This record gives sequence, structure tokens and C-alpha cells, in this order.
Amino acid sequence: MSTRRPANPLGRVVRAGVARRRVQTAVMVLTTLMAVTASVLAVGLLVAARAPFDRAFTAQQGAHLTGQFDATEVTAERLARTADAAGVAAVAGPFRSVPVRVRTASDTAALPAGVDLPPVTVVGRADPGGPVDRLRMVDGRWATRPGEIVLADGTLPAPPGARLTLPTAPGTPTLTVVGIARSVTGTAQAWVTPAQAEVLAATDGTTAGYEMLYRFHRAETDAHVAAGRAAITAAVPPDALSGSQSYLAVEQQRTANARAFVPFLAAFGVLGLLLSVLVVGIVISGAVGAATRRIGILKSLGFTPAQVVRAYVGQALLPAAVGCLLGLALGNALAVPVLGEVGEAFDAPVTTVPLWIDVVVPVGALLLVAGAALLPALRAGRLSTVAALGVGRTLGRKPGAARSVRRLTARLPARLPLPRAVGLGLADPFVRPARSGTMAAAVAFGAVCVTFAVGLALSLGVVQAGRMLNSAGSVVVQTGGGTGPPGAQVVHVGAEAETPKADPEEIGAVLRAQEGTVRFYGTARAELSVRGITGATTVVAYQGDSAWGAPRTVAGRWLDGPGEAVVTSRFLEAAGIGVGDTLRLEERGRHASVRIVGEAFFTEGEGMALLTSTSTLADLGLDARPGRYDVQTEAGTDAARYLGSLRDELEGVGAVAQANTGNSSSVILAMDALIGMLTLMLVVVAGLGVLNTVVLDTRERVRDLGVLKALGMTPRQTVTMVVTSVAGTGLLAGLAAVPAGVALHHWIIPLMGDGVGMNLPTAALSVYDPQRLTLLALGGLVIAVAGGLLPATWAARTDTATALRSE
Amino acid sequence: MTSTPPVITPTAPVIDMHGVSRRYGAGPPALDDVTLSVRAGEALAVVGPSGSGKSTLLNLIAGLDRPSAGTVTVGGVRVSELNETGSARYRRDRVGMVFQFFNLLDDLSVHDNVLLPAQLAGMPRAEARRRAAELLRHLGIERHADAYPGRLSGGERQRVAVARALMNRPALLLADEPTGALDTASGEQVRELLTQLNADGQTIVLVTHDLALARSCATRTVELVDGRVARDSGSVRAHRPAVSP
Repeated sequence: MSTRRPANPLGRVVRAGVARRRVQTAVMVLTTLMAVTASVLAVGLLVAARAPFDRAFTAQQGAHLTGQFDATEVTAERLARTADAAGVAAVAGPFRSVPVRVRTASDTAALPAGVDLPPVTVVGRADPGGPVDRLRMVDGRWATRPGEIVLADGTLPAPPGARLTLPTAPGTPTLTVVGIARSVTGTAQAWVTPAQAEVLAATDGTTAGYEMLYRFHRAETDAHVAAGRAAITAAVPPDALSGSQSYLAVEQQRTANARAFVPFLAAFGVLGLLLSVLVVGIVISGAVGAATRRIGILKSLGFTPAQVVRAYVGQALLPAAVGCLLGLALGNALAVPVLGEVGEAFDAPVTTVPLWIDVVVPVGALLLVAGAALLPALRAGRLSTVAALGVGRTLGRKPGAARSVRRLTARLPARLPLPRAVGLGLADPFVRPARSGTMAAAVAFGAVCVTFAVGLALSLGVVQAGRMLNSAGSVVVQTGGGTGPPGAQVVHVGAEAETPKADPEEIGAVLRAQEGTVRFYGTARAELSVRGITGATTVVAYQGDSAWGAPRTVAGRWLDGPGEAVVTSRFLEAAGIGVGDTLRLEERGRHASVRIVGEAFFTEGEGMALLTSTSTLADLGLDARPGRYDVQTEAGTDAARYLGSLRDELEGVGAVAQANTGNSSSVILAMDALIGMLTLMLVVVAGLGVLNTVVLDTRERVRDLGVLKALGMTPRQTVTMVVTSVAGTGLLAGLAAVPAGVALHHWIIPLMGDGVGMNLPTAALSVYDPQRLTLLALGGLVIAVAGGLLPATWAARTDTATALRSE
Repeated sequence: MTSTPPVITPTAPVIDMHGVSRRYGAGPPALDDVTLSVRAGEALAVVGPSGSGKSTLLNLIAGLDRPSAGTVTVGGVRVSELNETGSARYRRDRVGMVFQFFNLLDDLSVHDNVLLPAQLAGMPRAEARRRAAELLRHLGIERHADAYPGRLSGGERQRVAVARALMNRPALLLADEPTGALDTASGEQVRELLTQLNADGQTIVLVTHDLALARSCATRTVELVDGRVARDSGSVRAHRPAVSP
């Protein structure tokens, strides 16, 4: 006697059903693939991007708030008592905090001796431990005596053993780098012993201050941190708190790139999941409708209603599971490059999506799919066996009231003076309103996605174009004064004579005389200490008519005179100030105040540059002559000829002209690629949804098609009728989808800005002009026609004799 | 009656099938070397057991199928050589079809069902409506013009199907088991209708199991057995070409 178990009939039925409906199976695989890919990426990036920071923050007891205090306004004793302020759980400090200039005093692999480096904020701290902001030694040891300095990881190119001179400090001390440490929230750029810090603080004119590090009982949100800051502010004299930085702002900066991906990926994920539910509903409903007799046969053979339900849910779950697996693989693969970039700043970079997301997302997707399949499957389970077996054998359907209403509505298009094939096609949606509704929903999802994606791409184009400063002119004139990166003014090898900057008057005269010049402005750069901002701030100083080349303003206005500055929202957040407030800039004992007159959008220098006029640099005793001129030329100017001529003229004044070549952000390019891929997948799924609906419709109407062909309907008329039957629905769905896509875009773009800690300019939102909207409104029509064309061709090729025999 | 039917010479063959075979796969042929000709005004009944090739013969004449060998010519048109579009135009212009299960479009009214062939052929709207009204009146179903097929009896539905088949004044009316799905009374009505049509000069090819139907309304009977013509009665009464309804 055989011990083999009999084959599971349910499994056979499921497999046979999946194999028989290849198109529908492919649609279900693709839609779940797309939904799971986008969801895994969105949730994975959101969670994994934060994970390294969160882990390091917890391990190092990171400071929820780093406070900078003016030592002339508050004493160390008073600051120590802020530990008792409401909400404060632990404090570290007060530590002396001093902005200093640094020059290399020994040769290292990276730099020779004598190179001036940007200013750094040095904090006097006895040890790296403590209740708040436990520093992690990356290399070397802690500074234990005067003459030693520990640098923050990545701040200056000086390894342990290197020597640094502080040229503006009393006695021009030379300190030896003894270690490299890492603060999770970047509370300082260098540390010395408290005694050494006191000496540095005695520098004449230097605004020495105190740093206090706080942890709060509750600090999950900006509001919590703001409440803690308010309690501390109340505990010290007014104006004593000169600057503060929330750990949330630091976290946002560190994870900005990944966070920018999350809103649009989440949108795609939700669209994908909804489309999955819709497509699965369509497919399984269609399968039940098309296989009513088959269900009757199964039941007559002894299948229970529960088995029938399981068979149809299984037919949805099988391809969905394949889609989930593929989506997991794709989502994880795409997450690697983005997460790798995010994790570099931390000890233990996370380059993979957490495992629980790889479990939760597909399980959630499968539950949704099962839910979507359950309703039609239950309908199949409840079908009367006798009625199901009788399908196709009856001589006609008796009309109900609803059917009569639909027929009357369907007669309207038939009465229009149109070719009969067109009239029949236009009437079809009225005859099958439910099916047309689901098809319209699929088209609408696709059209929403296209509208949203086009808007995203255009907005990212605006961001790409405006993220760099000085990208407006077509020609750049470099006037000497160093060839380094931004801030090059202060980075020069001491022994070498720095190329003197060309005379602005001479440059201006040459540019004005040059045929083809429309306008120009100059910029000078410097690295300065700005009160309230830890470390050096890149200052870009403008000279001349710069409004035409200014970054896009988000709030306030562009520079209009001396003593004004424009910064980004990220800068404002970091400094804890707003438009209209005043900032103090310091350099070698001199200071200048600027009023923030505008908030602009740019990401150059992490969006932390301060834009002002050259008079600000002059007030600080710095060389305010522009190192660069940006020139706008007349439209149609021969660039090569203009440049050649300009170079000849500039040769005498010691400046060089070159074309202004823009660069592209790899993050934005990656976003564009991802948006393109996800949109393509979603549109293909929507198109396949249409195709599937038309295939079902065609199969259901195969006998009608046979009759029409027997009556003389030509293949072209058949194609026209089938395409027309979806075109009207597609057009209407597209028209309805455009406002939804625009609304989604207007919701997501600001969230992406929030993700990177930037308010985006209005231009990034106002990307839909009437022409684009008109074209997008036709998107639904295109998707519907593209999806309907293939089954229309099949319908035209259907063998008439076979169709007439079909049940 | 305001319009003129196609001119058909009484003795000219409307259908000329020569050496026609049709094979499906490797099995025995559905039709095997059939040679047959049908003259204008004849009412040919094709009878035979299931699987004898009756429906295949009808499909070949209607241009719904193509022979594996031989030629099918209808009204001078070599049907066996037409492409899909040509076949559709041929059916539209020269053939009317009546089916066992009527094959009316449930979602179109009786009037719209009847209008359909004319609309597909691009007949002027007013002329089409006039012709449809005329046919509905002639076949006694004008009161059902705005009804949907589902509300009609089987006999009424088949009358609608006949009206639709005659809409473009076809030279040839093909009927596939036209009484097969009808009760006795309705079947009798349809039988009378077909007889009357033929009496009015309409050439008819009728595929049926119903020998009574064949006897009562056919002028000639051909029996098919295993795809071959086993018996051909020849014409048993004179054709009477007349104006079609």
C-alpha cells in the first residue's frame, strides 16, 4: 500500500489559476514589487538613517542642548546653577569656550608647516567623560596639560603629533595634537585643558564664552528642547545665552540627505500599496467573474466554500509573495548607497535596512493583498453551484432596474453623430460602471503618479539650479588671492607670497568695456567666527549689483546695503535667530554686526554660509576685494569669442576668465533616478491594470464581439471601439488626477525641505504651468489607450466563429 | 417597400464551393472535398448529425473561417481569399446571419440591434432608420422597438435577429439552427418567416437538425456525413425571385 499523500487539490487549483492568468499574475507581481520597494526604501531610510546617530547619542550621553554663553554677562557659578532649571536632567560644564585661529607649525602628510587654517572653537575640558557628551577617543589620548590639544574628528587635517600655532593668542602658543575625539553633537572643534582655555580666553578682544551641555528629562521633540532652553534662559541674565544648538538640529543635518528621500518614497509606497489593493481586487474579481462555471464545477466536485475562498486568495498571494521578495531585494539594494553616505559620520555606519523592516513591510503588503482578494473570493465561495454551472447557458439576461438605468445612460453616446464603433465604445463604461470605475481608479493612480513625479523632477531641477551660490553668470573672472576652496583667502602657505588680488576698479573697467557684458558682481570669501555658531562660518561678501545672481529668497529680501546679511533657514535654526535679528561676526579681536534681512535657499557649504556685503569684511579689517566676479553676457553672445577677448584684456590686470560650469548634486541625481524608476513602475502597473480590465471585458464580451464581427465590424472598427471604451474613462480619470497629483506634490515638497532643514523657495513649488498641466491632463488618456491597445488588437483578431460558440 | 433589392439572376449561382476541405489539426477533416453550388432564390437546408461539418460549411460561406483546400465564391467574391477586413466588409454587404441563440446584444434596444449592420456599413442615418422601421413592421415586432432583447420571447428575439440580418439587404441569409433554442410555437413562427422570406426571393442557407424545418422551408436539402455530401435532394420547387422585405 502506498504511503504517498494524495496531491493537494487546492494547491493544484491555485497553481493552475496563476499559470492560466499570466498577464494578471505579472501585474500583481509588478505592483507588489513596486509597492514593497518604495516602502522598504522609505521606512528603511527613515529608521536606518537615524540609527547610527541614535546609537551614538545614547552611548555617548549626547547633549540635548549645547549652550553658548557670553562670559561678560554671566558667571560660571551662575551657569552651574542652571543644572537646577526645570526639566534639566544632567549638565556638563561650564567649560571655557574660545574661538581661535590656527596655523600649522609642523609638516604633516596633509599640509606643510605655516598654513593658516579656518578658525576653530576650542573648549577647555578636563576629561572626555562626564554625565553629558562623553567624548569618544578616536585616536591618541586626552589633553592632560597645557600645550596639548585634542581635535574633533574631521575638523582639521592634523594627526596626533602634529603641532599647531595659535597666532592670535597671547604669546602665540604652539600646541601639540595629542588625540582625536568625537562628540556626537559636535560640541567643540578642539579641546584643551581648562587652564589652557583660561589662557586663550585672556586674548585681548576675543569674545570668550562658556559652554554648557544639557540633557533634559524629555527631549523627544523640538518643543521639548525649546522648553528646556526657555528654562535655562530664564535662569541666567538676559542676553547671556549667545547661542544654542539642539541635538535634533544636528541629527537632522547629519541625516538630511536620507531624510529628503523619505517623504517622496513614502508617497510612492502608499500609492503603490493602494494600487496593489486595487489591482488585486480587479484581478481576483475578474477571475471570479470569468471563472464562474469553473467555480461551479469545483463545487460540484466537492470543494467547500472555504476551499474556494482559499483558492482565490491563494491566487493573489502567490504572485504577491513573489513581488514582495523581488521588492525586498530591490529596496535593500537601492538603500545601500544612500545609507552608506549617511552612516559615514558615525562609528558604526548602517548600510543595510533593519531586518524587522524586511519582515514587517512584506507581511503588511501581503495582508493588504489578502484583504483585497478576500471580498471577491468570498463572493466565489458563496456562489450557488447550480447557478454557476448554468452560466453561459441561458438565453439572455433579464434586466433589473439598475441595469435599465445604465442602458438608458448608455444610449446617450450612441445617439451622438459619431461612427457606430466610437458610439459603442463610449457607451461601454455606462454599461459596466463598476469595471470602468476600477479601471478609472487604476488610470488615476498612474496619472497622479506622473503628475507628482513630473512636479518632483521640476522642483528638484529648481533646487539643483539654485543650490550653489554664484551659478547665475555664464562667465567667471578669478582675480587671484589664493586658489583653494571657499575660504581660500585664509588658507595659504605662509612662506609663499600670495598672489595679490586684482584691483576691482580695473576689473570693473575691463568688464564694462567688454562687448557682450550685461552686468556683473564680485564676491570675496572669508572664514569667520559668528557668535552663536560653533566653528568657522563661511562668509560670502558681495560687491556691486548682485540681485540678479542672488540665491532664491524664501523670506525677507536680498542685500540692499552694508550691515545686512542673508542666510538659510538651517543657519537661522542653528543660531536660534530669525529674520530681523542681528548677528555678531568676529575676526582677530574685531567685530561687526549684521542684521539678517532675508532667508534664502542654497545648500552650498551645507547651507551654513552667511551672505553679506564686502563692507562687512572691510569693517573687520579683512581684504574685501572680490576674488571672483560673476558675469552675465548678452543672449546670443559667442561664449568662446567673449572669453578669448576677455582673457586678453584681463591679462594685464592679473585676472583670469573662464566659463561658469555648474555641477550637479549626486543626491539630487539619485533622487531623480529613483523617482523615474518608481514612476515608470507605477505607470506600467496602472497601464497593465487597464490592460487587465480590458482583457477581462473583452473575454466577457467575446460573444458580443463575435456577433459584431459577424455583422461586418472590421478589425479597425473593433480596435476603435475597444480603445474608445477606455479612452473616455482615461481622459476623465486623468483630468481628476492632475489636481490630486499637484496637491500631493505641494504636500511632499515642503516635507522634503523640512527633511533637510531648509525652507524651499516658492519657485520649487510653482512648477506647474498651464501647458504642463494640459499635457499632464492627457496623461490618463495616454495610460488608458496604451493599456487598451493590446487587448483591442486581440479583440480584433479574435476568431469570430470561436467567439460565437463561446459561453 | 421603398428600396430595391440586389439584382439576382434566377439561375446564377450565389454560392459556388469547389473541392472545399477544412482540417483542424491532425484529425479527420471537418469538411472533405465538398463541391456545392447554390442558386439565387434557393433555400438550401444543410442537415446531418453532430460533427458532420454543417457549421464548418456555414462558417466558410460566411467568411468566418477559411478552407484548407478548395475555393468558396459567393456572389462573385472569392471569400476564401479575403483578409480580415475584406471578410468583414463581405459579411456586411452580402450576408445576413441568424444564430441558434440569437446573439443579440443585450445592452442595445431592439431598434439599435437592428440598426447595427447599417451603422457599421456607414449607411446614412435617416435611410438606416427608415429601413429598420420597415423591417420591424414587416416582421411584426415594431411595438418592441424600444425594448431590450431580455424582455422578448424566444420567437420575438429570433425575429429581431432576422430583421438585423436583413438590414443591409444581403444577397444571402445564413441561418444556423434558427429554431434550435425555441419552443414549438416560436419555432413554427420562425419557420413561417423563413418560408415567406424565401418565397419573397431571399436566398437562404439553413443549417439544422430539424428535418421538419428543412422539409417545410427549404427548396433543396443537402445531407452531410463525416464532412462529405452524402445526399443532395436538388431543387424541389421553382424559385420565385421577388422584392425582399
